[in-house]
Amino acid sequence: MKLALGPLLYYWPRQRTMDFYAAMAEQPVDVIYLGEAVCSRRHEMRLDDWLEVAAVLADAGKEVAFSTLPLIESESDLKAVRRLMDAARDDMRLTVEANEMGAVRQLAARGQKFVAGPTLNLFNGHTLRLMADCGATRWVMPPELGRVALAGIRKEIPAGVETEVFVHGRLPLAYSARCFTARRYRLQKDNCEFRCIEFPDGMALKTREGEAFLTINGIQTQSAKLYHLERELPELAGAGAGLIRLSPQSEGMIELVGAYRALLDGQPASMPAGDYCNGFWHERPGLEWVNP
Amino acid sequence: MSSTFELVCPAGGLPALKAAVDNGADCVYTGFRDATNARNFTGLNFDEASLKQGIDYAHRRGVKVFIALNTYPQSDNWPHWTAAVDKAAAFGVDAIILADPGLMEYAHRNHPQLRLHLSVQGSATNYEAINFYRERFNIQRAVLPRVLSLAQVEHVVKNTPVEIEVFGFGGLCVMVEGRCALSAYATGTSPNCQGACSPGKAVRYEETSTGMETRLNGILIDKFGAGERAGYPTLCKGRFEVDDETYYAIEEPTSLNTLELLPELLRMGIKAIKIEGRQRSPAYVTQVTKVWRQAIDSCLRDPARFAVAPAWMAELNKVSEGQSATLGAYNRPWK
Repeated sequence: MKLALGPLLYYWPRQRTMDFYAAMAEQPVDVIYLGEAVCSRRHEMRLDDWLEVAAVLADAGKEVAFSTLPLIESESDLKAVRRLMDAARDDMRLTVEANEMGAVRQLAARGQKFVAGPTLNLFNGHTLRLMADCGATRWVMPPELGRVALAGIRKEIPAGVETEVFVHGRLPLAYSARCFTARRYRLQKDNCEFRCIEFPDGMALKTREGEAFLTINGIQTQSAKLYHLERELPELAGAGAGLIRLSPQSEGMIELVGAYRALLDGQPASMPAGDYCNGFWHERPGLEWVNP
Repeated sequence: MSSTFELVCPAGGLPALKAAVDNGADCVYTGFRDATNARNFTGLNFDEASLKQGIDYAHRRGVKVFIALNTYPQSDNWPHWTAAVDKAAAFGVDAIILADPGLMEYAHRNHPQLRLHLSVQGSATNYEAINFYRERFNIQRAVLPRVLSLAQVEHVVKNTPVEIEVFGFGGLCVMVEGRCALSAYATGTSPNCQGACSPGKAVRYEETSTGMETRLNGILIDKFGAGERAGYPTLCKGRFEVDDETYYAIEEPTSLNTLELLPELLRMGIKAIKIEGRQRSPAYVTQVTKVWRQAIDSCLRDPARFAVAPAWMAELNKVSEGQSATLGAYNRPWK
């Protein structure tokens, strides 16, 4: 199986982001997704910055894909997506991960191969075949799906389409037009002061009895717990997963990449401790932990 | 009353369907009694006999019947969803409302005469996405997620040949429909797959010494003091702690009411207004349908002089969920 690094879902200062990817260029990860995949207002990284990062990573032998925004509301959002597609068309080393059907339509019309992203709601083999007809060469399973769904889809996956599974990180659970970080500070979204830049791993949302429940990340809501499929890796491989995805966090990514790499290579690994969940894979509520 | 602008009303059962038809709906939307639709609640929806009866009742009165098959089938239950498409076609519904592209392809191929509507659960918020479904499956209409501003809605209308239907009244999802796994995370039941959010079987109300607590699969969603009405624990409408402040961190328990936007919606070429609430009572359907019928007729007669009658608002406020009504994303008070 290949090791993939999903798009950075948080808003980090430009230099921190550049440094992060410079470090990742040196790590044993095979595929790296780049670009802003949450909020169209975030602008620390300009397209040129992303292209620069992409070139460094590609030179280091990484396969690079640009993730598109899952929520496209305006013409300027559409234009931003088209610029990513243009960049990928102009550099054969780059591809695009489409995260809504508008991007799929345009990529299919351009004849560009693409990755069918986790927010496309691909829940069955019929829809997957359709995506393959449109040019998808890989699909990312929606995180809410588990082992039964993958076993079913596996029989129907078109030839030449790889399967990628989200295995580590806070689960992206929901998207809104509304910004919950701005809401916390009673700010209007259009005048949000980009407060999410102060929270490199999002803001903790707890119940009124102090239980960590969710994570607020701008317009995105994530799990509080870290999804963690470690012992399930052999099962994933057996179920046809060709790639596993780690979601960038502010601390410990080098160690985490190293640990997963070791596991993929059949070596012992010391995984950092964390508040883990794995319920989705086991067809349970996502926040549960099931002893595999 | 026939008009080119359609009032689409919810029917969670035969009595509600009749209420909608009798009070001025142009169309009613329904669902089968299973996970093939996104209001899969106990005691709700139609079996074959009641759907046939309902279609007959509506058609005799010139009212259309839609059926929502707007959840996402998986490989092991795929035949159940295609059977539902076949059944809907055989019963003579006027349109099926779908979210899954694979299922749309099936319907388009096997029932080319059947009108396809793209469900709000399809999460299509821009014209490129809507035109994708048009080109591939010849969809006739798209229902927009409740996240776009009026200007954005108009931009969509201008750039697609597909009819656009928007939500006008009822419960409000703050998340992009079809892109929310919060309930799956907390309870294992998801709108996308099982057709329900924050399901009743996971709900617990607990009277404690400090007030009423509402829980979802054990998770504390809210706590109510004396004199506060304990609302249903829909998980995005609870009070939580963020950075030491306790508040409605995601969404207040308000509901959508866009009566005052009617002239704008008409002007920009919206084809239909959808009323939310297949889980609500026939009394709700009666009340809401009646008011919206009057409002639409008044607006069609003279859009320039349209004014929201106080009596309409009073009637609607009686049946609104939560404490207050909002224009939702259309005017974006939070933007």
